[in-house]
Amino acid sequence: MLRVRDLSVSFGGVMPLDDVTFELPDGVCGLVGPNGAGKTTFFNVLSGFVRPSAGAVEADGTSLLSMAPHRRARWGLRRTFQQEQVVHSLSAYDNVRIAADEVGAAGDQVREALAFVGLDDAQRRGRHLTMLERRLTEIARSVVGRPRLVLLDEPGAGLAEEETERLVALIRKIPERFGAQVILVDHDMELVSAVCGNTVVLDFGRVIALGPTADVLSDEHVKRAYLGTEEVV
Amino acid sequence: MSVASVALAPRVPRPAAAVVVVFVLAIIAVAVPAVFSVFWIRSFTTSVIYAIACAGVGLLYGRLGLVSLGQIALVGVGGWITLRLGHGTSLPYPVLLVASGLGTCVIGVMVGLPALRLSGLNLAIVTLMFAGAFSIVFNATGFPNGGGGFLGPATGSVQPIALERPSLGHSDAGYFRYVVIVAALMFAALAWQLRGRAGRQWAVIRQSEAGALAAGVDTTRSKLRALALVSFTTGVAGGLLAANAGVLDPGNFTPSESILLFAVVLIGGAFSLFGAVLAGLLGQAMPSLLSELGVNGNAILVVFGLSLIHAVSTAPAGIAGQLHALVSKARRETVDGR
Repeated sequence: MLRVRDLSVSFGGVMPLDDVTFELPDGVCGLVGPNGAGKTTFFNVLSGFVRPSAGAVEADGTSLLSMAPHRRARWGLRRTFQQEQVVHSLSAYDNVRIAADEVGAAGDQVREALAFVGLDDAQRRGRHLTMLERRLTEIARSVVGRPRLVLLDEPGAGLAEEETERLVALIRKIPERFGAQVILVDHDMELVSAVCGNTVVLDFGRVIALGPTADVLSDEHVKRAYLGTEEVV
Repeated sequence: MSVASVALAPRVPRPAAAVVVVFVLAIIAVAVPAVFSVFWIRSFTTSVIYAIACAGVGLLYGRLGLVSLGQIALVGVGGWITLRLGHGTSLPYPVLLVASGLGTCVIGVMVGLPALRLSGLNLAIVTLMFAGAFSIVFNATGFPNGGGGFLGPATGSVQPIALERPSLGHSDAGYFRYVVIVAALMFAALAWQLRGRAGRQWAVIRQSEAGALAAGVDTTRSKLRALALVSFTTGVAGGLLAANAGVLDPGNFTPSESILLFAVVLIGGAFSLFGAVLAGLLGQAMPSLLSELGVNGNAILVVFGLSLIHAVSTAPAGIAGQLHALVSKARRETVDGR
């Protein structure tokens, strides 16, 4: 369970997040909204890269905002980025070991994570991996050890349709297999519909819809916000 | 897919590779003194010493993306400590080297800690200013070359007293072998760190600091570890340099020498320890070669300038990277030809 209360972020006069309050239940949840809605800023607040001007975030009963960024990761907060972050000079195995080293996960847990994502040749260096394999390596890095909250920022970016289907199946399994909550940011509404039980919609830094994904995505306000005709008050 | 079927990456240096490295080092240690004149033995000795400093520059830049233009000052600090302790105490030379490494490590971390918040051009400028500050201090106080007092400069009528070399390296040939062994130990320490958890942390920090934090890496501590390690090995290089000629001159530790050191690392290759060896040879043996050929010493700056343009524009991994690519290509062709 992720609880967000009165969360605001201010960059000078701009408010990427403006008094945001919502709760997301366990499982896979979606976080959607048009460009500039505040999705990545929200992930950056959770990761500790952006300090909010007000508010609180509680995950699994733990207050996240008081922890240093690297301690959040060791607590169980993991994330991927819009731009893939696989280290090109290291093998896929060592890419996963980076996180395993820090969270105290052993070699068999690294292999378990790689087996989970189905990466068959972990000896290859990052520069020799396809985009799908890089995304899979990042997911393996996110689930190694004991993840509690996994943030996936557009994990399907740059993937073909059949590759996205493989990703969908994988993301669905994370909560059951690792006991972690997953929050997915993506512009691909088919992907969000396929994997997210609940979804929250942001627009101009404010929550405009929250609930079961099917209901939220059929909401007229949400549709208009995506088309750019909704004035959010 | 089962856990057991996941192919593992190689974890540690292969024993065969380590045996090859030891064998090559043994040949170098025996062959160089046997084949070359004293002039060249001395030139290769300083090349190996500077290769240690180059390895430090390469680790900071190639693995962490940190441009440090102050490394030559740390060589000077290591040399200063060795001379000071060497003239002031009866400690054996290996202990002097370790003390120089540790002392330089402390100074390097103290100076580098605030600078670690910087990156790119800002860090380059700050470290260059650091090199300048140390250069001023070295010029003002001199090196403890056997004079009186704590600073011990040999000025005026006081003649410099050369620091005695270690008993195993009294001769030029013996000292070359001694330096090769110490350099091998320093390189082994760097390689050990690079292949372990620290190396993986540095690799992900270079790729993306945000990515490193998201993976749980304490980036400040990891950078500090690199700085401490590099300061130690660079300090040891300074200690070796101090005993090489027995005295040190402030003119060898100017900011321009620091820039030159960074330039030869880029040309040799900042991404591998082999590149550091090439950089050491470029920086020290190449001027000797030009001198032997009767070419003006300043011509080396032109050579470095052109080489740097070549490296930056077409060979970011330096000569070492180009050689590695050539060997890889030859291997592939051999395999394909079977």
